[in-house]
Amino acid sequence: MDQKTKEFIDSEINNNEVCLFMKGTPDAPQCGFSVAVSNILKILEVKFKGINVLENNELRQGIKEYSEWPTIPQLYIKKEFVGGCDIIKEMYENGELKKILQDKNLSFKN
Amino acid sequence: MAMDIKEIEKLIKESIPDALIEIQDLAGDGNHYSAVVTSSIFNGKSKIEQHKIVYSALKGKMGNELHALAIKTKEKNGSKN
Repeated sequence: MDQKTKEFIDSEINNNEVCLFMKGTPDAPQCGFSVAVSNILKILEVKFKGINVLENNELRQGIKEYSEWPTIPQLYIKKEFVGGCDIIKEMYENGELKKILQDKNLSFKN
Repeated sequence: MAMDIKEIEKLIKESIPDALIEIQDLAGDGNHYSAVVTSSIFNGKSKIEQHKIVYSALKGKMGNELHALAIKTKEKNGSKN
């Protein structure tokens, strides 16, 4: 990963409390897994920034190295990597996602 | 490129010998799978660590040949199993 990509990822994570690296945008996701996570955040009315990795191939590969995680989407909450689609779905279903949002003082619809 | 269920199972078994693995071909197209992996290796680890163990067993195929593999990991409780 080049320095520019790393700095870009750092700045997105540092400047957005909830950011989702995804394929497509929250309004027009381009992959079922990205649809799923973005919908969960919408249902919970969490304010988040979607970052479209399809716009930049360096970013698309770079985020995988950055998180040491091979798939997209990837969700960061307050600088912490929380998981990909399977984990977020599971955490949404068992209530852990709400707990994290609560613990991190983020507003959401309960 | 698609992978078949046996190949996925074999890779996971090689890295996680005690794994109980249930794989489903979700769309019947050899390309969209879900796997439930149960192993004592996951005990006490975070979900992220658990999934990373499965990803590493798949030796870089995840995100490449294997586009769509939904993973669910479960801890194995030795005494009750």
